[in-house]
Amino acid sequence: MRRFVILLLLAATPAPALAQTALPPAPYANRQLEDPALEAKATALMHTIRCLTCQSQSIADSDASMAADLRSIIRERIAAGEDPEAIRAWLIERYGDWISYKPTADPILWPLWAAPVLLLGAGGALAYGRMRRRKGGQA
Amino acid sequence: MNFKKRSLILWIPLAAYLVFLALASLGLNRDQQTVVQSRMIGKPVPPLDLPAAASSRPTLSTKEMADGKPRLLNIFASWCVPCIAEAPVLMQLARQGVPIDGVAIRDARADVDNFLTRHGNPYQRIGLDERSALQFYMGSSGVPETFVVDGKGVIRYQHIGVIGPQDVEMILEKLREAQS
Repeated sequence: MRRFVILLLLAATPAPALAQTALPPAPYANRQLEDPALEAKATALMHTIRCLTCQSQSIADSDASMAADLRSIIRERIAAGEDPEAIRAWLIERYGDWISYKPTADPILWPLWAAPVLLLGAGGALAYGRMRRRKGGQA
Repeated sequence: MNFKKRSLILWIPLAAYLVFLALASLGLNRDQQTVVQSRMIGKPVPPLDLPAAASSRPTLSTKEMADGKPRLLNIFASWCVPCIAEAPVLMQLARQGVPIDGVAIRDARADVDNFLTRHGNPYQRIGLDERSALQFYMGSSGVPETFVVDGKGVIRYQHIGVIGPQDVEMILEKLREAQS
C-alpha cells in the first residue's frame, strides 16, 4: 500500500521533461551577487520589471526561462557598474513603458501623480471646514 | 448649510464608489494585452555575433545582414512546439527565394541538428543564442517570432507567433516594402 502511495505521488509530480528548455539557467538567474549592496540594487530593479512570458508577474517572481535570462543580464550589468535606471531605460527603449512596473512621468499618468495631492487637499479642506464650524458653534 | 444640501453631500462617496466600480469592471472586461510589440521597428538590428547553432550552417553575425537585400530573421528553438507548425511555411518561403536567417534560442547544437533533419532547414545562417540575448536586444518576447530586415540592416516588421500558410502573402508584401 505504502509503495502504491509513493508511486502515486511520483506520478503526480510534474515531469521536468515539460520544461521550456533543457539548458541549465544562466549563471546569475538564480544566484545572488556576492556584494549584498549590488544584489539589493539588482533585486529592487527585478521586482519592477515585468516578465514577458507571465505578464502579471515581475521577473523576480517568474520561473519562465526568459525571466531567468533577464535576471542574469540585470545582475551582470549591475555587477559591471551599470545604473539600474539605465537598464530600465534600455528595456523601455525595446519593449515600451509596458515592461516597467514603475510609473513614468508620461502625460497620461499625470492624473495618477496628481491624485494624492488632490485627495490630501480635499481632505484638508473638509477637516478645516468641520473644525471651523464646530468652533463657530461653540462660540 | 441647510439640511437638504447636506444630505446631498452624503451621497457623494457612494457616487464615487459607483464610478470606481464601473471603471474597474470596464477595465477587467477589456481585452488584456498579450502581445508585446517591439519598439525596435525602424531601427538597425543590434550588432551581435552568435556562434553556429547547427553543424550544417555558418555562424550569424547580424552586421552581415545588411547585404543590400531584404531578408527574414526567424527566432525559433528545437524545444518550441509551434515552430514545428511553422517549419513547412518557412520551407515554402525559402523555396520562393526568400533569404532566411535563424536564431535558435536556449538551444544545443545536437537538438538543432535533429530539429532541422526532422522538419527541414530553410535557413542560410543559424546563430545560437543560449541566453535569449538577441531577443532582449530586438525587443522580442517569445518564440517563434520573425523580423523583416531590409538591405541596410534596419528592422522593418515584426511578426509575433507562427507564420501560417495564410500569412505568406503578407510576409512577401512586407519583404517587397522593405525593398524600397
